[in-house]
This record gives sequence, C-alpha cells and structure tokens, in this order.
Amino acid sequence: MEILTYEYRGGRPVASPPPSVLVGVVGSGNLEVLVEPAPLGGLCRVEVQTAAVGFGATWQAVLDDVFARHPLADVRISINDVGATPAVVGLRLDQALDAFAGGAQP
Amino acid sequence: MTSYYEDSARGRLAGLLDPGSLTEILPPTERVVSPHLRQLDTPAAFDDGIVVGEGRLAGRRVLVAAQEGGFMGGAVGEVHGAKLTGLLERALDTRPDGVLLLVESGGVRLHEANAGLIAVSEVMRAVLAVRASGIPVIVLDGGTFGCFGGMGIVSRLCDAVVMSEEGRLGLSGPEVIETTMGVEEFDSRDRALVWRTVGGKHRYLLGEAATLVEDDVSAFRAAALALLDHKPDVSLSALEAEHAALASRLERFGDCRDALDIWERLGVEEPERLPILDTADFLATVCDRRA
Repeated sequence: MEILTYEYRGGRPVASPPPSVLVGVVGSGNLEVLVEPAPLGGLCRVEVQTAAVGFGATWQAVLDDVFARHPLADVRISINDVGATPAVVGLRLDQALDAFAGGAQP
Repeated sequence: MTSYYEDSARGRLAGLLDPGSLTEILPPTERVVSPHLRQLDTPAAFDDGIVVGEGRLAGRRVLVAAQEGGFMGGAVGEVHGAKLTGLLERALDTRPDGVLLLVESGGVRLHEANAGLIAVSEVMRAVLAVRASGIPVIVLDGGTFGCFGGMGIVSRLCDAVVMSEEGRLGLSGPEVIETTMGVEEFDSRDRALVWRTVGGKHRYLLGEAATLVEDDVSAFRAAALALLDHKPDVSLSALEAEHAALASRLERFGDCRDALDIWERLGVEEPERLPILDTADFLATVCDRRA
C-alpha cells in the first residue's frame, strides 16, 4: 500500500457545502472518495491510500485534470483505492465533486 | 423499480427507509476503520463495509444495518462486527419497532481471523437478546454476494428472512464447498446448480425464507414493513417445534441428491421449470407446496 498526498491552491470554496459526500466502494478496480469541507486556508488537499504502489505520477496527472475541472478550496478529499484505472478515478471524483458543489448526497 | 441486487448498501438504505430519515452511527467521516487491514498493508473502508443507524419505515421506528458486499465481500471484521453488535444492543435501550439487517456477506473476514470470529459470535448473542426482549430482527437478503458463513448462521437466528430469487443463503458458500469437497460434490461455476441449491426460491420452498420478493428495493421495503408486526416467539415450546420440524425435514428429504428431487417430493409438477418462472408465477405455482 502507498499513501500519497497532493495539495492544490487557487480554487474557490463552495458556498454552502454538505457535511460530507461519499461515493464508490473499496473494491477491486474501484475506489471510495470522501469529500468534506475543511478549514485549510484555501487549500484543496487530496489524501490517497492505494493498494497499487508506484503510480504517484499517474495520480498527479489525474488529479491535476480533476482540479482544473473542479477548482475548489477549503476541501479535504480522502481516497481509498484498490487499483482503479485513471478513467475510473476521474469519473468517481467528478461524481463526488459534482455532488459536493451541488450540495446533495448522490 | 430499483434493483436491490445491483444497488450498494447505502443505495438500498436510501430506497428502503423513509426519505431523509436515516441517522447514521459512526459514519465514514468518523474514520473508524479496521486496525488489522493497515497492518496487512491493505486499504480500509471508512465505514468498514457496514452502515448502521436509525431510521423510519413508513413512520415506524427501526434500527438498520447494511453490509456492503463490494468491500471484501461484506466479510465481518472486528470493527464491522462491533458496529453490528452495538446496533443490536442499542435496540435493547431504545426499543424500536424492529431491527432490519440488510445482510450481504461471505462470513468472517479472514484477514482478521479470531477477531472476526469473536465478532460474529457476539452478533449472534446480541440477536438472540433482542429477540428475547420482544423486538423482531428481520433479515433482507438479495445482494450480489449472498449471505454465507457466520452471517448465514446469524440470519437463521433472526425472526424472518426476506429473499429475492437472486439472494443466496447458506453456511459454506459454493466455492468453499467445491474447494474442500471437490468439484464432483459441488460445481460452484454451475450457476443453475448454485441458485437452485442456495437461492431464494429454494429457501422459500424449504421455509427458511419467510417471504420471496421481486428484485426491487420497494418490494423489500413492503415485505420488511409487513414483518414488523411479527412478534418473536422464543418460548421453549416454539423452539422444540422448530427442532421437530427440522428433524422431520431431514427424514423427508435427507436422501435427496438435488433440489429438483426435493421439489418433486413436495408435489411440484414439472419441478425443472421452477427456476425460469418469474416471482409472481413461482409464488402462485408453489403456494400450497412449501415444506
């Protein structure tokens, strides 16, 4: 297992965020994404625990794209991953962050 | 119509309970995760694969637990089992109208070995305590991973099991039987054999499932609601009657090699057609043929 942390600046906070959003399941080829508002001084912090070791650069690339689509601030994103492909990771994060910005649990 | 089989644990609860009525206990944000999986360098789930909480079913107050089969096959680890036991013990204090267990589990989580085994035995003890206090414990079984091992035993300790045709209920799962006894004994890849041996229709015919419903979350909801008024009978005479029924069942069907033989002996005409009937036709066909 590998633990990876990424931080992004320059996003905007969601006006009235839900207490949390959870999507996905910790199963093979899948991942669980928990999104919570957090007082991080404008940061968006992503913490990844993944069963697939050695894919830090791939995570960086996928998360860069996700942050470009969802430039959020003061948000903590926690991920438990069991070898999801980059496409699945991107879709799950879109699902979670859409729900977070829309204020509703999917 | 929402498929119960394909839905997640959280999706099932959302469709089962009155909208917005679920108050989750130890939600994912609390991060009460398995201490064992980290030692094994394995990703944990924030809810350890089970949702527990309080909610309303058509206004009635219920406690609910839903196992997520997608996480380690719904297997019971230390935290997972403690959440289930804690929920059942809470029923003794808060006296709800019933406890609903949305079971989807392969049994004990082998990664956690003895802790998981102890957890399952604590769940069993708690189920019996809740029933003894007069509160019904109802199992819903229609998930992708079925209900086996320790949770199979737990389910049969409860007041009633609601199943869909897709649900499976047993002690050792098909793969376990094949691995230990050989493929000649049980071919776990023979889907038709698996379902007619441990599937919902057979469990309903044997009387182990109280209700057989369509694979639809709202059908499970209606069945669970109907069973809330079923008051547990854990008197000695009821237990003795159950033992006598099991003994006579063994005498009646013990030499059968296949579920088809049992169905034939129950007086079902053309038993080989039962697996292809839809739920309504099946129920109409077997209404006076259950063991």
